[in-house]
Amino acid sequence: MTTTTAPVAAPAATHEAGSPSGLWSWLTTVDHKRIGVLYGVTAFIFFLIGGIEATLMRIQLAKPENTFVSPDVFNQLFTMHGTTMIFLAIMPLSASFFNFLVPLMIGARDVAFPRLNAFSYWVYLFGALFINASFFLGGAPNTGWFGYSNLTSSQFSPGHGVDFWAVGLQILGIASLAAGFNFIITIVNMRAPGMKLMRMPVFVWMTLVTSFLIILAFPVITVALVFLLFDRLTGTNFFQPAMGADPVLWQHLFWLFGHPEVYILILPAMGIVSEVLPTFSRKPLFGYPVVVYSGIFIGFMGWGVWSHHMFAVGLGPIADSFFALSTMLIAIPTGVKIFNWIATMWGGRVELKTAMLFAVGFISMFIMGGLSGFMHASPPADLQQTDTYFVVAHIHYVLFGGSMMGIFAGLYYWFPKMTGRMLDERLGKAHFWLTLIGMNVTFFPMHFVGLLGMPRRVYTYAPNMGFDAMNMMSTIGVFGIILALLFFIANVLKSRASGKPAGNDPWGGSTLEWAISSPPPPHNFGTIPTVHSLDPLWAKDGAEITRTAGQVRGPIHMPPGSIWPLVAALGMTMLMSGMVFGWYVGIPGLVIMLTGLYSWSFEPCD
Amino acid sequence: MTDHEHGEHATSEHAHPGAKAYVGIAVILTVITAFEVAIFYIPQMHPVLVPSLLTLSALKFTLVVMFYMHLKFDHRLFSWLFVMPMILAAAVILALMKLFGVF
Amino acid sequence: MAVAAHAVPHAAHPPTSTGLNSRKMLFWAFLGSECMFFGSLIATYLVYRGRDQVGPHPHEIFSIPFTSFSAFVLLMSSLTMVLALAAIQRGDQKKGSLWLAATALLGMTFVGGQCYEFTEFFYKGLHLQTNLFGSTFFVLTGFHGTHVTVGVIWLWTLFTLAVRGKIPKEKALDVEIAGLYWHFVDIVWIAIFTLVYLIQ
Repeated sequence: MTTTTAPVAAPAATHEAGSPSGLWSWLTTVDHKRIGVLYGVTAFIFFLIGGIEATLMRIQLAKPENTFVSPDVFNQLFTMHGTTMIFLAIMPLSASFFNFLVPLMIGARDVAFPRLNAFSYWVYLFGALFINASFFLGGAPNTGWFGYSNLTSSQFSPGHGVDFWAVGLQILGIASLAAGFNFIITIVNMRAPGMKLMRMPVFVWMTLVTSFLIILAFPVITVALVFLLFDRLTGTNFFQPAMGADPVLWQHLFWLFGHPEVYILILPAMGIVSEVLPTFSRKPLFGYPVVVYSGIFIGFMGWGVWSHHMFAVGLGPIADSFFALSTMLIAIPTGVKIFNWIATMWGGRVELKTAMLFAVGFISMFIMGGLSGFMHASPPADLQQTDTYFVVAHIHYVLFGGSMMGIFAGLYYWFPKMTGRMLDERLGKAHFWLTLIGMNVTFFPMHFVGLLGMPRRVYTYAPNMGFDAMNMMSTIGVFGIILALLFFIANVLKSRASGKPAGNDPWGGSTLEWAISSPPPPHNFGTIPTVHSLDPLWAKDGAEITRTAGQVRGPIHMPPGSIWPLVAALGMTMLMSGMVFGWYVGIPGLVIMLTGLYSWSFEPCD
Repeated sequence: MTDHEHGEHATSEHAHPGAKAYVGIAVILTVITAFEVAIFYIPQMHPVLVPSLLTLSALKFTLVVMFYMHLKFDHRLFSWLFVMPMILAAAVILALMKLFGVF
Repeated sequence: MAVAAHAVPHAAHPPTSTGLNSRKMLFWAFLGSECMFFGSLIATYLVYRGRDQVGPHPHEIFSIPFTSFSAFVLLMSSLTMVLALAAIQRGDQKKGSLWLAATALLGMTFVGGQCYEFTEFFYKGLHLQTNLFGSTFFVLTGFHGTHVTVGVIWLWTLFTLAVRGKIPKEKALDVEIAGLYWHFVDIVWIAIFTLVYLIQ
C-alpha cells in the first residue's frame, strides 16, 4: 500500500489534510476514527443511563422496607441496568477502542470494510434506542438480563417488555457480528509490512480473540432469542414444560453465549492495560508470547465452562465436576497474565500517571473479582452463593473494577491521541481515587450481605437481618462513584477546550499510533511504516519510523463517505422492530433495508 | 508492500478442476444419496443405520466443501476459518445431547 | 448481510498481509459463524427429539422419496453453481448467466418443494404449535429455506448483471462468493437430510 504500488489512486478522490465537518459528514462517515468517537460518546451516554438505573436501585435498597420505587419498576431497573451496561456500554466502549486504535496500531489506513464498520455503529445506535424506547411504550423488560425461561413466556410476562428485550438483543447482535467480522479481517489482512502476528500489540491480539468469540457466540444467543420470540409471538413450544420441553435449554443456550460474552467484556480491557503498563513502566511487556497465548487459551477454554452458571439447576455429579474443573483450569491463564503484568512493573521506572493508576487499579480489583469467581467454581460453595449479593459483588469487581477501570485507563492513555489534547492529571487523579474508594465502598459489603443470605433481584428486605448498615454503606458508595464520574466529565469538557496540546507522543509509547500526529489525519499514515520488531518505536529504527510516518509522498486513496450503511441499518432495525410494532413498520423497513443494501452494493467505491 | 503481493492470484486462481471433474463429483454425490435412501429402506441395515448414514453424509459434506467450495485447492487459512467453528458447533451439539441425556 | 458483503472498498485487488482477498476471507468467517447458528438449531432439534406425547411424529408424516428428490435437486444446484463460476472465470458470461439461472431455478424448485411439504404437513395436523417436533422442525427447516430464498434472490441479481455483460473475468469473485454461500446452504441440507429425515 505504499505510494509506489498505488497506481489506482485518483487525484480527484484524494483527501487533503483536515476533514470535512458538519452533520452530513458524520452521518456518512466511514473513517474508523470518527466511528470510534461515535461509538465512545454513544456508549458513554448509555453508561450514564445504566448508572442512573443502578442509583435508583441503590436508593431503594438504602434502608429496609423502602418504598422509593415499586417492585415492578425495580424489576425493570435491574433488567435494564444489566442489559445496558453489558450490551450498550461496555461492549461498545471496547468497540470504540477497537475502531480508533486497531488500524493505527497495525499501520493501516482504515479497517478492511469501512462501510460495514459504519453499518455496525448505526445498527448499534438504533438497537440501543429501540430497547430503551420500551420505557415509554408500556414498560421495560423485567425478567433480568439473562431472561430465564419460562419467566419470559407470554403467560408470566404479558406485555411487550420481553419482546423489546429479545428483538433489541437481536438487533444489537447484528451490530456486534458485523464488527466482529470486520476486525478479524482487518487484523489478519491489513497489517503494515513486517508486522507479523507475533509483532502485533497485545491490544490487537485481544481484539482478534474477542472478535472470534463474538462471531461464534452471538449466533447461539440469536437462536435462543429466535425460539423465545417464536414462543411469544406464534405460540410454539420451545420452552413450554407442559409440552415436554425443558426450560433449562434456554439456560444452556444463553450461557453457551454468556460465558464467551464474559471474555468479550474483559479481554479488551486486558489488552488495554497490556499497552498502558509497559509505557508507564518504561519497560517492554514481560513475557509477551505468554500473555498472547494465555489470551488465546482463554478464548478456547471460554467455551467449556458455561454450565458453572447453572450449578443450582442440578445437572448431576459428572457435569458439575467437569464444569468445576474446567472453570478452575481457566483461572490459570488469567493468573499467568496477572503475574506478567506485575512482572512488567517490577524493576521498571514506574510513572504513576492517571492512566497507570487505573491500570494498576484494574489489576488489583480484577484479582479480587477473580478470587471471588474462583470461589464459586466449586459447586458446593456456589450453591451457597448463587443468586445472592455475593455474585453481584463478584460481577461488579470484574466488570466495574475490571472492564471499566481498564477502559478508563485506555481513555486517559489515548485521549491525547484522539483529541490532540491532554487530560488534566489533577482532576484525573481525583477521578481515579474517588472511583477506587467509591466502588469498594459500594461493592465490598455486598460480599458479606450475600453470604448472610440477602438474595439479589429482590426489591426490598426485612429489617434487623444483619445487613441494614452494609446496604446503607453500598448506597453511600454509589454517590462516591457519581462524584468520580462528575470529575471525569468535567475533565473531558475542560481538556477538550483548553487542555495542554499533546504532540505526537506525550507518553513515549512503543506502538505505531504514537508515530503520527494527534489527532491523526484522515489517512493515518502518510507513509506506511515497515515494522521490524515488537515495540517498533522503542527499537533502533523507531526514530526513522516517527520521522517518515507523517510524510505524504504522492496521492493517497481513501474511500468516500456513504449514507447507505445508515439507511440499511435503519431499515433493518425497522424490519425487526416490526415484530413488536406490527407489519406496517416491518414492511417499509424491509423496503428501506433492501434499498440501502442494494445501493451500497452497487455504489462505486473507488 | 510489494513483498506481500505474491500469491494474490496464485492462490485465488489456482488450477481448479474442470467441468468434467465437477460432473463426476455430482455423480458420486447422487450415488451416495441413493445409497443413503437405500439403507433407510433395507431392514437388514437398521442395526448400523446411524453410523453408516453419518459416515455417508460426512463424505458428501466433505466432497462439496473440498471440491465445490475449493477448500482443497485454496489457502489453508480459509479452511481454518471454516473448520474450527464447525468442530466447535459439532462439540456443542454433542455436549448438549449428552447433557440432556440423549445418549 | 449477504448482499452487504457483496461490494466493499478496495475492490481493485489491494495487496493484503496474507495475499488473500479480504472479501473472500470475510465470507469464510461468516460461514464459520453460520455453522454455530445452524449447529444450535440442529442441537435443539436433536435434544427435543422423541419427547412428544402427542403426534404427529416424524415417521408418520415424512415422505422420504419426496425429500430425497428435494435433496437431489439441491445437490444438482451445487453442480450448476460451480459450472457457472467456471464459465465466468473463463470469461464466458453467456454460459455463466445460463448456469446461474439454472441454479436459481433449481433453488426455486427446492423452496417450492418445501412449501408443498409444509402445506402437506399442515393438513396432516402438524402445526408450529402442535408439539415439540412441529416447533423444532418448522423453525430449523424454515431458517434453511429462508437461506435458500436469500440465495435465490442473490443469484437472480448476479444473473441480471451477467446477462448485461457486467461480470467480466476480473469480477469472478462476486460469483465465487455467492457460490460459497450456495454450497454452504447445500451442505447444511446434507446434514439436515441425514439427521432429521433419515435418522428418525
